[in-house]
Amino acid sequence: MRVTILYFAWLRERIGLAHEQLETDAATVTELVGELRTRSDRHALAFSDLAAIRVAIDQDLADLDAPITGAREIAFFPPMTGG
Amino acid sequence: MADIRVQSEPFDYGQECAAFAQAHSDNGAIVTFCGIVRGEDGLQAMEIEHYPGMTERALHRIAAEAAARWSLGGALILHRHGHLTPEEPIMMVATAARHRADAFAAADFMMDYLKSRAPFWKKERRASGESWVAAREVDEQALSRW
Repeated sequence: MRVTILYFAWLRERIGLAHEQLETDAATVTELVGELRTRSDRHALAFSDLAAIRVAIDQDLADLDAPITGAREIAFFPPMTGG
Repeated sequence: MADIRVQSEPFDYGQECAAFAQAHSDNGAIVTFCGIVRGEDGLQAMEIEHYPGMTERALHRIAAEAAARWSLGGALILHRHGHLTPEEPIMMVATAARHRADAFAAADFMMDYLKSRAPFWKKERRASGESWVAAREVDEQALSRW
């Protein structure tokens, strides 16, 4: 399955990318994070504390254990600070 | 029903309030709120990043949820992104309703939700450097009120 991964705020800065394409067989967000961590030292550092990370699957907020089957766009970012 | 706007351009809060009140003059109550960049602790500038597409989707959803809970004649959420300086308006909400209780509650609800459920991130710049604003636990707890 081919997915677009998006990064925002300090995740984007730590990883050094705003987005990347990925071929994955991961079934859940947690499995996907496991794969992302192996891509580079920067990924590993950015994903070291999952409690500080939020995820959206196809632009809807989701839990880390959510299934990602069929997803096209998965975004990772810190807790939101709007308003 | 809701007017959702995400923009980098500044906006005139007074003009927006007047236009909203005019457009909803058949309602008995209008509530408006404006968030402004605080120039405290030597803040020089703020950069607001957002997730285009998801942002608009999240704001529409928040406004729709408010309209489902309270009897509203209209709602506006306007939020800026990009470069802002102290004392500039960041965002505003406006609600129109037959009676003030609905207008106040809906505006309060939309503010609580957009603080921690709409994909915006603030970065502050000071002489000492740049830092991302950390989410506050109190903002997360505020959602349990609803």
